[in-house]
Amino acid sequence: MTRQEILDLYFVEARHKLIDIGAFLDRVARAEGHADFRMEAFHSALAKLSTGEPQVAKRVLLAFSDPTDEPIPAAITKAACGAWPGPEKSAVVS
Amino acid sequence: MRYIEPHAHMVSRTTDDYISMVASGCAAVCEPAFWAGFDRGSADGFHDYFLQLTDYEPKRAAKFGLPHFCWLCINPKESEDVGLAKEVLELIPEFIGRPNVLGIGEIGLNKNSRNELEVLEMHIELAARHDQLILVHTPHLEDKLKGTRLTLDALRNNSRIKPERVIIDHVEEHTVEMVLDAGFWAGMTLYPGSKCSPARAIDIVETYSAERLWMNSACDWGVSIPLSIPYTAMEMRRRGHSAEAVDALIYRNPHEFMSQSPKFKL
Ligand SMILES: [Zn+2]
Repeated sequence: MTRQEILDLYFVEARHKLIDIGAFLDRVARAEGHADFRMEAFHSALAKLSTGEPQVAKRVLLAFSDPTDEPIPAAITKAACGAWPGPEKSAVVS
Repeated sequence: MRYIEPHAHMVSRTTDDYISMVASGCAAVCEPAFWAGFDRGSADGFHDYFLQLTDYEPKRAAKFGLPHFCWLCINPKESEDVGLAKEVLELIPEFIGRPNVLGIGEIGLNKNSRNELEVLEMHIELAARHDQLILVHTPHLEDKLKGTRLTLDALRNNSRIKPERVIIDHVEEHTVEMVLDAGFWAGMTLYPGSKCSPARAIDIVETYSAERLWMNSACDWGVSIPLSIPYTAMEMRRRGHSAEAVDALIYRNPHEFMSQSPKFKL
């Protein structure tokens, strides 16, 4: 497909998703509460969108990922929360 | 249009879903063993589940002319209890010879813990000993990258495992390359709120490879779409892919992989 055809197919949908992200950031900002590692990860992932480098989706996924190599001592929950809390907090959160 | 659904948890779907799938061109469904949404209390719970997967469910599918195959294991979410896992693994050889069992799956990691890894290695060894195909689940969200790396290491550490007989499922843009480069098959899961969207799955096909790759809905008791393969096929056509290319991805690829089991006959 040409760039024009891709835009015809996906531009409005992508625009919609981008505005949704803006509204999400507004919603988080309006609410009371502490800083949260998930928002830190979210902002570092957001920064990947406008670097102009290739493989943007991959870079966003990597920004949310646990980069370590060693298995954790034990699984104390089954759930994933979407962002890696970092080496100190991962034992508590994960 | 014809397609194979290579990963669906039909025990948690309704009969209406079977009707929709068959009406949309589904030619076979393959069901890996997985978590029930709660931890089973004993190995007996798994025994009954394996009976359901190998006896009851294929009969339910057959009412709609749909061949049903399955994979057996204790899933990663219940693998923290190594003692229970050993008991369940001892049950599997009794079922491996059943006519619809394709192999061991969906095994893998969930939180990337030491016990999960030990249970994964036990499953890999079981598959090697019985010369079975393997279907691997990779972890969710932030745990996927690390879990995929650990899984690839565990598979490569067992010298009897042939990569072309293993499918690593739920790949995304940050894991697909390492899986394909290591010679394994890769599965893309089409979920509404996580994993791959149809558009991203097609991007992966266009960017990396259309070989050793399949798509699945992984529909289960959670929010998921049993018809996500035909919907994605429709999206491929909108993107200019030929009917031939769509057929290769959604029918011939899974057919090629699973035909490595002599039981997979359509
Ligand atoms: Zn599954």
